[in-house]
This record gives sequence, C-alpha cells and structure tokens, in this order.
Amino acid sequence: MAEAIRRQAPLSRWVIYAVLVAFAAFYLVPLIVTVLNSVRTEQDIGSTSVVGWPRELALSNFGKAWGTYCIAQRCEGISPFMWNSILMVVPATIISTLIGALNGYSIALWRFRGDNWVFGIITLGVFLPEQMKLVPWTLVLRDLGLSNTITALVFIHVIQGISFTTLFCRNYYVAIPPDLLKAAKIDGAGYFRIFWRIVLPLSPPILIVTVIWQFTHIWNEFLYGVTFTTGAQQPVTAALIALSVSVAEAPQYGVQSAAVLIAALPTLLVYLFGGKYFLRGLTAGAVK
Amino acid sequence: MSALRIAGVRKRFGAQEVLKGIDLEVDSGEFLVLVGPSGCGKSTLLNIIAGLEAPGEGTIEIGGRLVNDVEPKDRDIAMVFQSYALYPTMTVRQNITFGMECRNVPKRAQDEAVERVSRLLQIDQLLHRKPSQLSGGQRQRVAMGRALVRDPTLFLFDEPLSNLDAKLRVEMRLEIKQLHRRIAATIVYVTHDQIEAMTMATRIAVMHQGEVQQFADPETIYNRPANLFVARFMGAPPMNCVSARVVSAGDGLAAVIGAGRPDAIQLPLSREAEAGAGAFKDRAVVLGIRPECIAEEDRRFGADERGSIAVEAPVEMTEPTGAETIVLMRLGGEQLLGRVSPDVRLPVGGNARFAVDARKLCLFDPATERLIA
Amino acid sequence: MNVQGRPAAPRRSWRAALAPWLVHLVLWPPLLVSVVHIIGFTGYTSWISFTSSTLIPENDFVGLRNYNSVLASRNWAIATENLLIFGTGFVVLTTAIGLTLAVLLDQRIRAENVLRTIYLYPMAVSFVVTGTVWSWLLNPSIGIQKLVRGLGWEAFRFDWVVDRDMAIYTIVIAGAWQASGFAMALFLAGIRSVDADLYKAAQIDGAGPWRIYRRVVLPAIWPIFIAVMVILLQYTIKTFDLVRALTGGGPGLATQLPSLVVYDLMFQRGLLGRGSAAAVLMLLYLLAVLLPYFAFVQWRKRRNARHG
Repeated sequence: MAEAIRRQAPLSRWVIYAVLVAFAAFYLVPLIVTVLNSVRTEQDIGSTSVVGWPRELALSNFGKAWGTYCIAQRCEGISPFMWNSILMVVPATIISTLIGALNGYSIALWRFRGDNWVFGIITLGVFLPEQMKLVPWTLVLRDLGLSNTITALVFIHVIQGISFTTLFCRNYYVAIPPDLLKAAKIDGAGYFRIFWRIVLPLSPPILIVTVIWQFTHIWNEFLYGVTFTTGAQQPVTAALIALSVSVAEAPQYGVQSAAVLIAALPTLLVYLFGGKYFLRGLTAGAVK
Repeated sequence: MSALRIAGVRKRFGAQEVLKGIDLEVDSGEFLVLVGPSGCGKSTLLNIIAGLEAPGEGTIEIGGRLVNDVEPKDRDIAMVFQSYALYPTMTVRQNITFGMECRNVPKRAQDEAVERVSRLLQIDQLLHRKPSQLSGGQRQRVAMGRALVRDPTLFLFDEPLSNLDAKLRVEMRLEIKQLHRRIAATIVYVTHDQIEAMTMATRIAVMHQGEVQQFADPETIYNRPANLFVARFMGAPPMNCVSARVVSAGDGLAAVIGAGRPDAIQLPLSREAEAGAGAFKDRAVVLGIRPECIAEEDRRFGADERGSIAVEAPVEMTEPTGAETIVLMRLGGEQLLGRVSPDVRLPVGGNARFAVDARKLCLFDPATERLIA
Repeated sequence: MNVQGRPAAPRRSWRAALAPWLVHLVLWPPLLVSVVHIIGFTGYTSWISFTSSTLIPENDFVGLRNYNSVLASRNWAIATENLLIFGTGFVVLTTAIGLTLAVLLDQRIRAENVLRTIYLYPMAVSFVVTGTVWSWLLNPSIGIQKLVRGLGWEAFRFDWVVDRDMAIYTIVIAGAWQASGFAMALFLAGIRSVDADLYKAAQIDGAGPWRIYRRVVLPAIWPIFIAVMVILLQYTIKTFDLVRALTGGGPGLATQLPSLVVYDLMFQRGLLGRGSAAAVLMLLYLLAVLLPYFAFVQWRKRRNARHG
C-alpha cells in the first residue's frame, strides 16, 4: 500500500502533509493559547484577545495561581487542591491496581464456579453511568462517616476502579498459556506462589497500562469531586470550576491559564512519557 | 508392578462425553503412547492422570496408590508440555529448581540435582539464560530437565515434539527413546503422530472418539489392527481398505477383489486367516492390505513361492519419494496404493505387473468394522 | 467412584488444609465488593426513582410519578433534543476526522509518531481544563471573534457560545477536538491490522491506492467503524464535565444534557426521586446503544466460531 502511495505525484504528498499539519495546529491551539496566556498580563489579554503573543513575560501568574489566588474566599491558590488530588490519586491508583491484578488473576487463571457471571457484572460496572451511583454513594459515605473527605474519594475511586483494573488484568492474563499454570501446579505451587512467582513477573506491561489509566482517569475525574467534597477538600478539577466561577466577575485569564496548566501537567507528563501504554489503556477501557 | 492403572474412567464436558470408559494398565519401565486424531480425548486423559482435571467416574492409581483425591504435586509425576510451558521470567536453572523450591528442598540438594540433569541433557551451558534466549530444541531439553529432576514414578509427555521442525523432531525422538532406556522410566506419551507412536512406544493405545480402539505393542497394532479405524490411522500411506468377497479356492479360502468383474483379483488366505474368515464364506468383507505388500513383480515375499501373488494392474499415478515410489493402481476396479523400488519405471496410464504379499492380509467385518482375520 | 479401603491421600498438615480456604478468603471480598456495589447501587437508585424522595431518601412507592414529571418537563425535552443534535454531530464529525487522519497517517508519513502524539493528547487532559480553554476561545468578548476584529475585520462574528441556536455546536467542536485523535488511533490500528497480502493482491489486480482503501481496506475494518461509533455515542450520553466547564448548560438551556439534568435535580434542587428517575432514563438511553452492540458482538463471535 504505502509503496504505491510513495510513487504518487509530489503534489499529493504535499497536500497530505498540509492537511496533517493543519490538524496538528488545530489540536495544539488550545494548549499553545494556554501556555502563552499563562505568561501574559491581564491588561495585555484584556486589550487584545486570549490569542496573542506576550508583550512582556508575566511569570508571576504561576506564583499567584499556585499560592495566593483566591478561590471561594480562600486565598491559597490551587496548591492545596493539587495536594488533595495527589493524596487522592496515589493511594487510589495503587490499591485499585493491586486488587485488579489479583481479581484478574483469579478470574482468568483460577477458574471457579460462576467466574463468567462475576466477570460479566464487573464489566457492567465499566459502563454504568456515574449518575446511577451518586445517591447510594452519598448514603454509604454518610454511614461510614466519610462525607467531605479525601478518604471518601479514595474509597470511591478504588471501588469504581476495580471494574477497570480487573477488566484490564483479566484480559491480559487470559493470554497466559494454561500449560504454564499446569506446570506450576505439578511443580507444587499454589494460588499465592503462582501469582507471586509466575503471574506478577509477567505483568509489568499491563500494570503500567492500568496505573496510567487509573492515574489519568482519577486525576481528571470531576463529578464525584464536586458532588462529595466541598471547599478545602476538593480535588483540583472541582476547584478549577470554582475558580472559573469566582473569576467570572473580574476575569484573570493569565492566572487562570497558569492554574489550568499546573492542573493539567501531571496527566500531560504521564501521557508524554507513557503514550504507548496510555493508548493501550484507552483502547481497552473504551467502553467508559 | 504396575506403575499406572486406569479403570473405568469417564469424563464429559457439558453434553459431550469425551472419555467413554477407559481401562489401561502400564507396567513399570514401559513407554506407553496414547495416539489418536485431535479431539479423541487423549489429552484429557493425560490431564486426568496428572490430576489437572478430575475424572467424572473411574479410578487412577499411580505406583499402586489411588490418587483420585491427590493434588498434582503429590502424585509423584512430572510432565513435559507441547508448548514446553517454561516460566518465561525465570532462568533455566530457576525453571528446573522451581518444583524443588515449592517443596522446600535444601539448596545443596537443588544444586546437585541441577548438575546431574543438566549434564545428562547437555544444557549446562544454558543455565543462566531465559527461555526466550533458547532455540526450540534447547527449550525442549529444558522442559525435559524440569521433569527429570523430579525423578518421578511416572513421566507424562503431552505432544512434546509437535512444535519442533521436522529434522529436530527426528533427533529428539531418538533422544527421548535413549533417555527412556537409560533411566528406565515409566512414560505416558501423548501424540497425534503415528510415526512417533510406532518408533518410541513399547505399547500403544490408539484412541478415537473417547474410546481405546486398541491397546497393544506396536507390531500388533501395525500388522493386526483391531478395526478399520486403527488400520487407516496407523501407517503412512495408510493401509488399503477395499471391499472384497471370501470364496473357497482349492482346499482353502481366498479373498476376491472385484468379484464378478473380468479383472477380478483373487488372493489366497493364510491358514491362520482361514479360521476367522470361515464364517464369512461367500460374504462381503473389507480387505486390508498395507501398501508395502504390493511391490514390483520380481520382489519375493517370504521364503516360499506361495507368499507372493503376481497381478497385473493399470497404473494411474506414481509419486517418487526418492527412497521408494508410491504407485496408485487399480485392482479389481478398486484404487490401491503400492510401494515399489525407485529403480522400477512404471508406465502411467498403462499396465504393469506387481507382486502381492498375501501373508499379511487383514479381513474386517463390514458391519462392525472389527478385525475378523 | 471406587475407593475400596485405600487411604485416599497422605495426611495433610493444617496449613495445607487451610490453603484452599485462604484462597477463597483473598479471592472473594474484592470480587464481591465490585459485584455488590454495581448491582446494589443500580438497584437502589432504581428504587429511589419510584419514591417521593426529595432531600433525603424516602421509602414510599409512588409509581411512575417521577418519570412522568421528568419526561413532561421542558428541561428534559430540551436535554434529549440537545443530546440528539450533539450525539449526531459529534459522532459524524469525530469519525470523519479520525478516519481522514488515520488514512493520511498510513501513507508512510515522516514524524508519524509526533503527529500521533499531538492528535491524541486531548484525551489525556481533563475535560475541565479543555472546556475552560475552549470557553475562552469561543467567548466573543475575549476569544477568536475579538482576535479577528482586532486584525481589522470589524464585522466578523463568532458568538456561537452565547447564541441559543448555535451553542450546542460549540460543544460538538470541542468534543470532536477532544475525541477525534482517539478515533484516529482506533482506525489506524485497524488499517494496520489488515492482512498485507490483501494489499498485494489488490495491487496486482491493478487497483490504485484510493480504490484499495475504498474497496479493500475500509470494508475489511467495518467492525471498527461500529465499535468507534458505539464508543462515541456512549461518550455523548455520559458527557458532563465538558459542558459543565464550557457552557454550564447555557445560555439558558441551550446546551442542557441529560447528565446535567440529573445533577441539577439531585443536588441543586434536592429532588432525589426525580433525579434518580432521570439517571435511570440515562441508563436506558445507554442500554439502547450498548445492548444491540453487545448482541452484535456476540453474534459475530458465534458466527466466526462456526466458520473458524
């Protein structure tokens, strides 16, 4: 195929490149605009538009966004919310990934009665809309005394996440040859030893996919954040909406751009360094 | 002492019965080959012996001990898999010692065992490598090493050679056979390759549709197949099986191919065969004759003249293989294969003369397909 | 089974006896928590949707009252209509862009990896971030309209985001911007998985590159089309963050979507019963998309098994 295309007229090659580059520009515009605005002054943006080259570098925007800007009567910038997100995303990612690996192993390789049913229901959890779970979660969190805490969000994301992590790991583990398991059983290895010595050492690719998926997913999650936490307990996505509401009266696009960039940075970095695994997770979790 | 006794083993998956009452007994030091087409139940039977699947009914005894409720690891067995099933993240040494590690064998004893086995299989240079760094033949050796190191009552081989290329397969075949002789092990070996079965086994169980069709030594299986399935499955090219008629000829009996036709061929039956064929006098039978029993006209079978029958037949096709030439001919209207010396030039489309070995004819009942003579 | 008198197995130590139970102790709790929370939560929300619950859950059965009032409300009617417009526009635009990019990227492009990375990065960023930036660009007093007017074209108008009739299309654009890279990745993977011998055969038959795509490659990857469309459709049903950050559902109700209605009913107006009814309706919309798809996947699997 490609051979045939290569022999085409140079003109059509140029057209192809032009289209591809134009789309690249289209995708990059919001990012570039945000980056540029984050170092522009308010007067600069106000007098022209959000699209423009900085007249002078206003690096102080980042400092304000991080530490002093007022969001909903609190003037600590987005840093406390970033910490909230980190405190939420790190334990939730690790715990849900470990449980998913164990679940996937049980379902895929340690066949038991009803395993197909269990797996079917867990996959249902992948596409069940979050709106169906809001009311029950409210009650569960109240009964556990976790209302409006980061712990509550960790708890929710672990349990929600099990569906995804189990699905990912199970689909990876079913490809492990059954002979390997038979050999291990004859060698005298049990459930835990097979998991620890044989399955887990084979798992790094899928664990990376799962961790990246869970990390970006939980970091970017918004609905649970705004529903179950308020004020100082909110993760950064929820706080950004609060920020955009609080600046609606006196827009501060420069500071806001800096805040948005900081909030997007962790997932962007994960994407840049783990793009291959990120795509694999997207494809596997596509039903979300 | 019997190393393995299987009695009345049945197994069904859903509505399908894959094993329909299997009885086998293997003596210590024997090399049993379970052979049959795919789906015949041979691998299921092996898994049941290993304890990886439970039989629906029946008993398994290994070394005189009933093992139905014994875990695979406690059955005193070792298994070599078709895919080798080497643990990909472990080195060769770890692969071999993993079983001992699970059973808390002291480090010193582990090292000695690895030493012994790796020298036996000439894999001592590979011990630090990962399976992905090994060739197919080397993986095969490591898989055998893992089994040998256990020194079990029973070795189980699940189509161990089918992932190797043709040349390597022949080498490994010989090697496994030598190994069997050297360590006097009891082996149950599953394959779909009838040549492996013939060359390695001390006894063969031919399986088809969940049943043992015949359980005997290779020579009997080959020369006296118990039924038409075995006759057609064992041997390549397979035994010619054509319809024929038993008639009286002189003071004995004969089988006629194409009775009533001008080109009918009459083959006298041996004294031993007449005993069973008597009941089928003047009735239709299926005549089985191995291709190597039809050769060029000057070939002499056996000591006396009576063994070789001269026939003339039209040649339809020849397939020179180098060592011999397979010839497709018509005898009494039926198509048959013969094997002639490569030096003989045969006229395709014309007639040629052949010698037929009448001593090894097999007769089958067309209704039950069982061997009658 | 015949177990005449022989000892069945050597005596097991207490650890060996415990081992099978230990496995179940580890295996079941996480599985059960998942299963119970999925079934239990769905069941509970469904139950609440049949009660008169307002700020706190009640347990009085009121039949279909909540459903009737949701379905009769202007809010829900507009949200559903918007969902249809948004769904259609988003799926068509995203699929078209994704397919175009995939085919173009398949032409042995230099810097393919860089371009792919650029096309896909929006999926890695929060909808909240995306929505915020897009809302600025689309805002006539600060975004693209102002930029173009500042360049001298004073009559230029691009105020869709505050235009009741056009606001929903801004959601379509932002949504396509976000998801088309993903569609591209799926299509490209599909195109690359087509048997290379098919290309060779078509070339020997004398087909040109575009005919090969139209007649050989695209027909071979039609299941991917269906998968992409289903994935995108159920994105649209669940879309919440993007609209919340871009327009907040406005102006007026111009970009209202079912997911926003649910949130609004439950937590702004404190009508848990009615909100739950809306959530169940959302689930039904989703099932209307997913169940036929799962049936289709099963059918294909069975058919392939039969022909395989």
